[in-house]
Amino acid sequence: MKIFVTVKQVPDTTGKVAVNPDGTLNRASMQTITNPDDLNAVEAALELKDKLGCKVIALSMAPFSAEVMLRELIAMGVDEGVLISGREFGGSDTFATSQIIAAAIDTYGVDSDDIIFCGRQAIDGDTAQVGPQIAEKLHLPQVTYAGEIEKDGDTLRIRRMLEDGYMTVKVRTPCLITCIKELNTPRYMTVRGIEECFDKPIRIMDYQALKDHPLIDATTIGLKGSPTNIFKSFAPPLKGAGMMVEGGPKESAGKLVSMLAARHMI
Amino acid sequence: MILDQKHAMEQRLFRQFAETEFTKEIQDELDQTGEFNWDMHRKMAKYGFMGVRIPTQYGGAGGDYLSYALMVEELARVDAVLSIYANTSNSLGGGPLLLAGTEEQKMKYLPPVASGEKIMVFALTEPGAGSDAGGTATTAVEDGDCFVLNGRKCFISGAPMADWAVVFAKTDLTAKGSRGISMFVVDMKLPGVSCGAPEKKMGINGYPTCDVVLEDVRVPRDCLIGPLHKGFSIAMQTLDGGRLGMAAQAVGIAQSCLEESVKYAKERKQFGRPIADFQGISFMIAEMATEVAAARELVYNAAALKDAGQDATMACSMAKYFAAEAANRCAYKAVQIHGGYGYIKEYKVERLYRDARICSIYEGTTQVQQMVIAGQLLKK
Repeated sequence: MKIFVTVKQVPDTTGKVAVNPDGTLNRASMQTITNPDDLNAVEAALELKDKLGCKVIALSMAPFSAEVMLRELIAMGVDEGVLISGREFGGSDTFATSQIIAAAIDTYGVDSDDIIFCGRQAIDGDTAQVGPQIAEKLHLPQVTYAGEIEKDGDTLRIRRMLEDGYMTVKVRTPCLITCIKELNTPRYMTVRGIEECFDKPIRIMDYQALKDHPLIDATTIGLKGSPTNIFKSFAPPLKGAGMMVEGGPKESAGKLVSMLAARHMI
Repeated sequence: MILDQKHAMEQRLFRQFAETEFTKEIQDELDQTGEFNWDMHRKMAKYGFMGVRIPTQYGGAGGDYLSYALMVEELARVDAVLSIYANTSNSLGGGPLLLAGTEEQKMKYLPPVASGEKIMVFALTEPGAGSDAGGTATTAVEDGDCFVLNGRKCFISGAPMADWAVVFAKTDLTAKGSRGISMFVVDMKLPGVSCGAPEKKMGINGYPTCDVVLEDVRVPRDCLIGPLHKGFSIAMQTLDGGRLGMAAQAVGIAQSCLEESVKYAKERKQFGRPIADFQGISFMIAEMATEVAAARELVYNAAALKDAGQDATMACSMAKYFAAEAANRCAYKAVQIHGGYGYIKEYKVERLYRDARICSIYEGTTQVQQMVIAGQLLKK
């Protein structure tokens, strides 16, 4: 049994977010972190590893500088890091990215008892598309927004946390699950893990390694293979703090009307 | 010093752990009650903090002195007393065994210390033997396959929680000064071992300190660490490493003083503008930042020397001397910048001021460090 976890290096938004003149993110000037939801996915995988002793593989499509992030995950307990990196992959949108990551996972090999964990979404793009698209391209069942996971044999019982309630779903392996932050609290690295993580190899999957996979051709990867075009990126203006109008329905409606009237809005 | 990737990663771990786990509630509770927080001890142990510098074959993480210094600094930056939780096992507790223990002793004592399951403390100081450790009056007399220990140790940090103590005692009663002293691992549960009431301290509350009284304690011969009568030099070598840790703790405290001051100076308004705009305040902050940076370099350099296997006695003393005094100067300025609020317990700098004060006293006072430095320069 193997567990794949997909991870992304994202800008640390607690610092300053910089945008290039062409509208793309200026990643070089920003500190990076592992995408928070992805850490929940890593923790979910490691908890299963603690119980079942399976192998956990973290995959990331990123420049070579993301190697440190993969090593940090190894220091948390991940067994192997796979860095999917190549100039040909640059500029990929979610469609092209999921195409490449799906090809990488398929090249590694998905067995009948394997699971793929993804974070719900990345804090830089907030699309929540890559995980589901990987599942589609690998023809695997997917369950999104996992807030609780229980494994019993080849079946996972998952509580999906939705905006207006929850839904409990059973799914058989192999499958793909996207994880939300309520699922768990990611563990820290251990000191020993850090001492040893630099001695472990990181597997590199470049264009050469993936080019023969059916999902990979020039029209489906990189900037050229990306149907999405970004015209502009900007920081939205900050909204002011909201105000709660207290009281019963009638009373609060009355208060609200008089407040709107006082501002000449009605 | 520019850290390599591994040490930078360790620094991130220690910082993230301290900032997340050492909540204000926990810090306040430790300061107010003075009691040991077992949950925090176990949590630190889970991530390998107790055995940072203990080799992997003895259950540790296999880190070096620089890893250890980074840990103590980062933990102390958030809470000085909690840095001691992870410090002892890596320095004064585990240190003597690492330096002089037999393979059998290391295998017996170090793994449970590295895992945090057991606590080992260092018992050198006595009522009449502080800076002058050669004045040790505790005795150990051979009797069959045991040594019989009698005496009183004082200011023993961690003694109330300890499972074992490394005790220094005079075995050659005719020898003078620091000669004829031997080192023993004493099981704190042995008949005749008792602890005094925890001391009421000015700062670093939450890591209890007390006297350890030894009355006809029969310690098996295999608890002798290192050669008979030669314990003092091991004590001094252990203190080298210990000083490095305490210097790192002082850097952490000083860094915290600086950060609190920068934050407050920007927020606090007087005469219609933030007090940071006043040169009197900004120059204090510039001085603090420079002292913190200088102290940090001394500490990292001493750690690097030890890791390279070079003689670091003078470097450790210099780091301890300068960092401890810098922490006190920074704490003074931090309280001064906070004005009246700095004197109120609600503000962190009030505690920092008290915590900083111990830095220039324990594990060799500033004056002892000066003696060591001068001795290295003048007596060769």
